[in-house]
Amino acid sequence: MTARDTDWDGVRLHVVTGKGGTGKTTVAAALALALAHTGRKVLLIEAEGRQGIARLFDRPPLPYEERKIAIGPGEADDGRDPGGDVYALAIDPEGALLDYLQMFYNMRSAGHVLTRLGLVDFATTIAPGLSDVLVTGKATEAARRRQQGGGYVYDSVVLDAPPTGRIGRFLNVTAEVSGLAKVGPIRTHADTVARVIKSPQTAVHFVSILEEMPVQETLDGIAELRGIAGMQVGGVVINMARPAVLSREELKAPPDTEMMASALAAAGLRNTDALATALSGELAEHTGQLEVQDRERTELEAAGQPIYTLPMIAEGIDLAALHRLAAELRDQGAA
Amino acid sequence: MNPRLDMDRIIDDRRTRIIVCCGSGGVGKTTAAAAIGLRAAERGRQTCVLTVDPARRLAQSMGLSSLDNTPRLIEGIDPASGGSMHAMMLDMKRTFDEIVEAHADPQRAAQILANPFYQSLSSSFAGTQEYMAMEKLGQLRRSDEWDLIVVDTPPSRSALDFLDAPERLGRFLDGRLIRVLTTPARATRPFTKVLNAGFSVMTGALTKLLGAQVLRDAQTFVTAFDTMFGGFRERADATYRLLQAPGTSFLVVAAPEPDALREASYFVERLDEERMPLAGLILNRVHRSPLPRLSAARSLAAAETLDSIPNEGVAPAGANGHAVTAAALRLHAERMSLSEREQRVAGAFTSAHPAVPVLEVPALPVDVHDLAGLRRIGAAMGPATEGREL
Repeated sequence: MTARDTDWDGVRLHVVTGKGGTGKTTVAAALALALAHTGRKVLLIEAEGRQGIARLFDRPPLPYEERKIAIGPGEADDGRDPGGDVYALAIDPEGALLDYLQMFYNMRSAGHVLTRLGLVDFATTIAPGLSDVLVTGKATEAARRRQQGGGYVYDSVVLDAPPTGRIGRFLNVTAEVSGLAKVGPIRTHADTVARVIKSPQTAVHFVSILEEMPVQETLDGIAELRGIAGMQVGGVVINMARPAVLSREELKAPPDTEMMASALAAAGLRNTDALATALSGELAEHTGQLEVQDRERTELEAAGQPIYTLPMIAEGIDLAALHRLAAELRDQGAA
Repeated sequence: MNPRLDMDRIIDDRRTRIIVCCGSGGVGKTTAAAAIGLRAAERGRQTCVLTVDPARRLAQSMGLSSLDNTPRLIEGIDPASGGSMHAMMLDMKRTFDEIVEAHADPQRAAQILANPFYQSLSSSFAGTQEYMAMEKLGQLRRSDEWDLIVVDTPPSRSALDFLDAPERLGRFLDGRLIRVLTTPARATRPFTKVLNAGFSVMTGALTKLLGAQVLRDAQTFVTAFDTMFGGFRERADATYRLLQAPGTSFLVVAAPEPDALREASYFVERLDEERMPLAGLILNRVHRSPLPRLSAARSLAAAETLDSIPNEGVAPAGANGHAVTAAALRLHAERMSLSEREQRVAGAFTSAHPAVPVLEVPALPVDVHDLAGLRRIGAAMGPATEGREL
């Protein structure tokens, strides 16, 4: 059921990128939770070995193995949506290389010997794009994997990708590898990966916060991806947005501190003059922040991609907060 | 309670010649480095800020349309103390090319620069940026044109990469592995049979993986590069020693977020192991309320009280006085809980490292646009009273 349309219905691989400090991993995890509804199975992949996903879901470090880490919320009140499952996988280039050797040459045990001899270091050094191809290769493989009987194993795959500054190079695997390997198996592999990445099945979402530098980087990243034929730019997720505490009009008028002082007295607080002055200072700062936010939001809107807004959660991100963000993403049509 | 990091003492001490700013990405490291460089310049030092990946906006804030591989004089520094400030951005490929050009005859240099394997190594190998940042730092230090160099480390996943990557590239370039693998003829020399067998398995696997052509490019590169190999390891070692020498101060920059502080923790422990001089932690973008005595709980309670009592006897103009005040109280409560969380998160670091001096730099309501903005951040690093104006 839930024939409800979302903005990304045909997409099976969701790549999530963002500048450092914007909460990219949090948003990727929330998106995976949001996608896991109505019995759907979602794989959340961490590409950079920080074990951020394990920490978010309050689990011990993830091995190189697909493991169930959460269940999607479902919609308990109508009883028709039983929720879904979120699996997680932390990829490191070494594991991905062994996986590749196993899958294509059936040489996993030889692979272990080679690892000890420094093969991974060497191979990834000699062909810098190699580890990217292996990581994106694992993600695209999971997205295309089928069960016996033909259905997909995962309904969606969410990839917590490298930061915005590196995303173009990370995803443009063919170009990266072709500089070195003009023929050969890796090249063939890269071409297969590229066909999935540069197809309507894949969308690249950007996470930003409403500050100048992250917004600029997001716009640069979007422009870069648009320059790569076939790549689909997805949504822009504005993270940690501070909702306005009053309407813009109400905030425009400078607060009357005398009036505030009497209101504070009515609320039973003491030392109200000093309080009122400090509070109106905070209010003015908030107004200034909103101006910056509004301006940056306009900049992001000009890129013409769907925008989703997630609130700042002052208490920090725990599992409950992740579910809250996931619900926001669902309500706004991202999943 | 950790001691307060005294930034002015560090930059005023003429024996401080290098300040390295480390930390994970997105914590405001580059801005902090620029602010320190500026403050030092205006306190009389001849400073050079070496940055690796500045946002365009930051270059503009220093009055430069762009930064290149050469130190550029920053205009607009207060000259009263006789200091000056230069800034440059590392171009890793250019720096690598320069090393090649300086150490090989023109014909061989041209051959190396044109090699596809070299091009890929010099522009995208994971450790190249860190290696070249170290190399550039060594060059600037040897030139003796500046008495204080502030380095902003490359944006990497882990702050430790800055320490490990140069060694890795050095080891790779100088390694026997690359020669044996790429020059099979040499491998027949009496190595050991076991190793040889291992290597031939590897060569086979690599050929399978990458195709023979990649190996051929690498081989050509190694042959042309041969005379320079030994130098790389030595250079990396020399710069590493420079970092251990007195006169170098490490600053770890972190935002009050769990991930950033965890990285900071690793780094502090590592510096200690390497006997590298840690000056302290800059806790950047901290949210503090000017009204710390009104707790989140009391503020929220007051807001709720206001919601429940109607406006009484106020002029029509102030009809929503209660609403505005309640909103201000809720805003304050949010700010207090953010600040409390930040302190809790920071507490995990400070209690594990009680001796590390810490400096809190408040979050600015707006981004830094110009020297004045950098100056304000610098002021926040000065004596406690000076920072209060923020």
